[in-house]
Amino acid sequence: MAGRAPVLRVGHWLLVGVVLVWSLAPYLWTLATSFKTERELYQFPVTYWPHAPTIVNYVAVFTQNPFGRFLLNSALVTVISTVACLFIAALAAYAFARLRFRGREALLVGLLIVAMIPLITVIVPLYILVRNLGLLNSYAGLVAPYVTYALPVAIFILTAFFREIPQELEEAALIDGCTRLNTLWRIIAPLAAPGLITAGIIVFVYTWNEFLVALTLTSTNEVRTITVGIALYRGEFTFPWGVISAAVTLATIPIMVLILLGQRLVIRGLTAGAVKG
Amino acid sequence: MARVYLEGVTKKFANVTAVNDVTLEIPDRQFTVLVGPSGCGKTTALRLIAGLEEATSGSIYIGERRVNDVAPKDRDIAMVFQNYALYPHMSVYDNMAFGLRLRRYPRAEIDRRVKEAAALLGIGGLLDRKPKQLSGGQRQRVALGRAIVREPQVFLMDEPLSNLDAKLRVQTRAEIKKLQARLQTTTVYVTHDQVEAMTMGDRIVVMRDGVVQQVDSPLNLYEKPANLFVAGFIGSPAMNFIEARLARRNGGVVLDAGSFAMEVPADLVPHVQEWVGRQVIFGIRPEDIQDRAYARDANHAWALRAMVEVHEPLGSDVILYLSSGDHSIVARVDAHSQARMGQEAEVVFNLRKMHLFDPQTHAAIV
Ligand SMILES: Nc1ncnc2c1ncn2[C@@H]1O[C@H](COP(=O)(O)OP(=O)(O)OP(=O)(O)O)[C@@H](O)[C@H]1O
Ligand SMILES: [Mg+2]
Repeated sequence: MAGRAPVLRVGHWLLVGVVLVWSLAPYLWTLATSFKTERELYQFPVTYWPHAPTIVNYVAVFTQNPFGRFLLNSALVTVISTVACLFIAALAAYAFARLRFRGREALLVGLLIVAMIPLITVIVPLYILVRNLGLLNSYAGLVAPYVTYALPVAIFILTAFFREIPQELEEAALIDGCTRLNTLWRIIAPLAAPGLITAGIIVFVYTWNEFLVALTLTSTNEVRTITVGIALYRGEFTFPWGVISAAVTLATIPIMVLILLGQRLVIRGLTAGAVKG
Repeated sequence: MARVYLEGVTKKFANVTAVNDVTLEIPDRQFTVLVGPSGCGKTTALRLIAGLEEATSGSIYIGERRVNDVAPKDRDIAMVFQNYALYPHMSVYDNMAFGLRLRRYPRAEIDRRVKEAAALLGIGGLLDRKPKQLSGGQRQRVALGRAIVREPQVFLMDEPLSNLDAKLRVQTRAEIKKLQARLQTTTVYVTHDQVEAMTMGDRIVVMRDGVVQQVDSPLNLYEKPANLFVAGFIGSPAMNFIEARLARRNGGVVLDAGSFAMEVPADLVPHVQEWVGRQVIFGIRPEDIQDRAYARDANHAWALRAMVEVHEPLGSDVILYLSSGDHSIVARVDAHSQARMGQEAEVVFNLRKMHLFDPQTHAAIV
């Protein structure tokens, strides 16, 4: 940056500004809306900053529906799905990255194709399958499809990261006393941490945001996740913007925290070796 | 400590035979060097011993145990890789302790061994660093340290010096040799550098295209190469090879190379009887060709006038690239030699050190 012409520098920050506004504006608008009173919401001309900030919407979020329960359900389903998905994906990616077996490339391509099938095309068979397994309206009934659906992407990411790790490191560990599986946990996984985090974030965000499957496979508040829960705040004839904005704001917080944390870890992972090549 | 024994070991990859029916004994406590040109199967041989590759056929023994079906971790060996393969996410201490921890050694014992090895290698001050914070030479020592702390039966080293600069390489070469002499651990060392092989090995195994060419002490390899390949591979500058013919003359045997002919020393004649009248390949090392003016006690019947094409003074001696007829001959002569480029010089061969090879099989005759 230092040596660049001022024009370029101004242009750079201008661009950054545009991107920031573009991507943050909807979220900020939701945030502002969540603190407005019902009257101010429909007031004209529009106010950008709440005149009389209020938390009634937040109170309503928790009193109208068991929002805490939705949060908990989402958290459980998402965390379990993410951990299970990463675990299985790590094993599969290890095989794809390291073992020579017939049909390896074909399988990888097959995974990619599976990942491209839109969920909506399989929602009916999925419903029947889950019903026949007796898993309707249960955590397991949600986790299983989520893990399945997120696996191809996670395997893809991890395979790419695993392939980057020099074979000799693993061979050294094999001689030092590791079993194959041991090298995965002790050598590969720590070195591929940025990949694990990347895949983890993608799976987490996908699962947390998922609506269609959650709507189809749940029927009571005991297992409803937050996305389905938020839809319940809509009345038959009313659309309580303030309350829904408050719910959305709350639902976004875990994702933001996760990404901020993850981002720091990823950056640290990527620069750990940058001191001397 | 243990010997390593390969018995008819073959390793085939999809379309190459990297190691071809190798039978080889690596004696207990000795420093054995596998040497040969790039792609000759040295690394593959080492990896077979380590258990990182599976032999296509044949048996591998470490000590008395056949280890073909034994996992690398249970072969009681340690390996030093060309790129060191230090675990980047662990400190130097943890790198060295890793193998011992996996084997559940008591903490105090691990600490003692790591500190001892670190002291031995002069890396005691680096134990808290990560591999990325070390120089190439330091990393190399850590890699050695990681092998030493395990106190294995066998050390396997794959070109451990090739990533160091020339000066450090010479220094480390001597250190590894000293270390091995002190620890007395059976060592198999792979290199493509014949100087490294000659200076370090108790015994040298020369390989080519997956086949062992000769197994011998450095001196024997130099003085009695088993075939044309070994003769040309060991020594620098390489041995001269000249197509010639043996003929009987005046009761003796002469070596007739067209542009010159010289009498074969009488004591060698009995060994070449059956080759008289036939084509051979005559080999002579550059250091066995002297400037006549500085070779007072040489046999002047073996003198030759030749054109000096290139003159390379090295300080300690001079390398002359000579031509005689259509033969090119390299000589390493006295530093004071008056030979000049573009002029004729008179050199004298020491035929007592001559080599003869079968032009068909390339096997040594004398
Ligand atoms: N995993 C593999 N798959 C296929 N071919 C291989 C494999 N490893 C080695 N080879 C082949 O086997 C032969 C011997 O290889 P090797 O690595 O043992 O040679 P090397 O003597 O160590 O050579 P260098 O001095 O270049 O390291 C080569 O032709 C190489 O291409
Ligand atoms: Mg090699």
